[in-house]
Amino acid sequence: MEFLVASSIGILCASGVYLMLRGRTFPVVVGLALLTYAVNVFLLAMGRLAIDLPPILSPDATAYTDPLPQALVLTAIVISFGMTALVVVLALRTYLEIGNDHIDGLPDRTPESGDKN
Amino acid sequence: MGHWMIVPIVLPAIMAALIVLAVRHDIVLQRVFSIAATVAMVAVAVALVVYASGHGPEMYALGAWPAPFGIVLVLDRLSAMMVLLTSVLGLGVVVYASSQWDKRGKHFHALFQFQLMGINGAFLTGDVFNLFVFFEVLLIASYGLMLHGAGAERLKAGVQYVVVNLTGSALFLIGVGLIYGVTGTLNMADLAVKVPLVTEGDQALLRAGALILLLVFAVKAALVPIHFWLPGTYANAPAPVAALFAIMTKVGAYSILRVYSLAFGEGAGDMAWLAAPYLMPAALVTLALGMTGVLAAKRLNGLIAFAVIGSMGTLLIAISLFTPDAMSAGLYYLLHSTFAGAALFLIGDLIMARRGEQGDHLRTAPGFHQSGLLAVLFFGAAIAMAGMPPLSGFVGKLLILDAARESDLAVWIWSVILVTSLMCIVGFGRAGSVLFWKSASVEGQIETGETEWPVLPIVAAGGMVAAMVALTVFAAPIVGYLDATAAQIFDTSGYIGAVLGPDAVTASDGLSISEMTGVEAETDTSEAAAGSGQ
Repeated sequence: MEFLVASSIGILCASGVYLMLRGRTFPVVVGLALLTYAVNVFLLAMGRLAIDLPPILSPDATAYTDPLPQALVLTAIVISFGMTALVVVLALRTYLEIGNDHIDGLPDRTPESGDKN
Repeated sequence: MGHWMIVPIVLPAIMAALIVLAVRHDIVLQRVFSIAATVAMVAVAVALVVYASGHGPEMYALGAWPAPFGIVLVLDRLSAMMVLLTSVLGLGVVVYASSQWDKRGKHFHALFQFQLMGINGAFLTGDVFNLFVFFEVLLIASYGLMLHGAGAERLKAGVQYVVVNLTGSALFLIGVGLIYGVTGTLNMADLAVKVPLVTEGDQALLRAGALILLLVFAVKAALVPIHFWLPGTYANAPAPVAALFAIMTKVGAYSILRVYSLAFGEGAGDMAWLAAPYLMPAALVTLALGMTGVLAAKRLNGLIAFAVIGSMGTLLIAISLFTPDAMSAGLYYLLHSTFAGAALFLIGDLIMARRGEQGDHLRTAPGFHQSGLLAVLFFGAAIAMAGMPPLSGFVGKLLILDAARESDLAVWIWSVILVTSLMCIVGFGRAGSVLFWKSASVEGQIETGETEWPVLPIVAAGGMVAAMVALTVFAAPIVGYLDATAAQIFDTSGYIGAVLGPDAVTASDGLSISEMTGVEAETDTSEAAAGSGQ
């Protein structure tokens, strides 16, 4: 399970970083979303991986899973969700205002100039 | 101190909600509420500073949950001073914005109060994750303020600003996760106790977490090589917002100072002064690059933004020396550079509004209304920013140079600070002569309709310059306060004792690294991460 979780965090992170380095706003937004997913899973894993264990005190429990990272992740999810919504609206507004969706706001270049982005 | 400690956070939060719910249709009422709340906050902050200067650090446990399980606020000389700085700066900004800027978009005052709440929270909190939350509060408000009034250029800069900061937030969480995974705590005082006890095998992980956190704070503090978001953002933000943002870079500097002197400072064993070797070269390059930008800038706002980067470099040089003298000097420079940056942005906006189509482009153009008064204000703020006598920039740089004398890198620090000061003088001198002197020789006058005296903006901008004069005149008592502050920062036992009780201090003092076996440390950390290991 450790390998599975670790590699999924790694892949999410790598894809997120790659997309964030693209030139247009849409891949950047998707990349940000992927990166925050990776971060959320990572935070959860920092409380150690545990299956079928209660996070709160109970008389029957023999062991517990750490509740704090779960609370942290909850906060992080709420914040990152709100932020993603904001950046989507902002990207749309910028597109409508400037007329292109390049993150640096420069106009589209013609295919002859060799810009494949 | 009772509940007064939380007032700087609760007051703006309530005010923001009240403004957005009750008086959103009436701009005059919004202004009244916003200014009244900010004045009240200045009063509370003064009381907090007076209290903190007579007492040791003090804790406020939110929800009465005992530390390290609950979130705590900590009031000490440093956090009280930062709250006072924020509220005084906020008062100037809100007075300035109340003449015109707040009508150019909706909800300026509500966002402004939320911004103050986030900044004050970041200064007062004693918990790393809570610091993240307050960072988000102040960032969310700053996104709204940054885009206030919109416009294509501003939106473009806004997208970049938001994306950079969201990436920073993701990194913050990774750093926090690593630190929690190793130490099992996020309370700063508890971290200071736990960090020296971390076993050798886990130290690399903790180091990685701590340095990722440093990276995030460096993004906020606009340190090279992650400063690139600042010129675009500050130059395109509305002027009062850019002036308020002068404190935002200081939030990054404060976080570096707090975390890396408390948790990763002298008592951190193998990880003592973790940040210093990375911070110093970056700060030197930041200063050099910022002042080069001042020389190269073609527009006034860009020039001021690069001067702000340069001043952050100077400030972080002082901080990264991590000695009490340098810390005290750095804090003095922090107070000064906040007012200097804010004053320049406000004065720049007044100049821009009167130059019509010329805007903030640094080229010769006909004269404009009230250029005499604005020239005086600009001159004052510019010599303060450049660090020329007689204003506070000179005192600040002198203190930093004096404190750096003992350092191994003294030659570098002295030469970089002195050469960049000259570059800054040349840059501002060029800008001032183009804007005011050369334009005097051109025929005609620019008419923009901005002919009457803008009372509130002049009061606000003049107030910022007056604050720097006050910093200079009262330099002796202020430096006295700051010396005691620096001593308090380096005496971490006071802070730890205030949060965790006096027992924790003796426990951490009693355990030196050499006495500890790996087994003891292992049990300690696994106990701390209660019931986490499976």
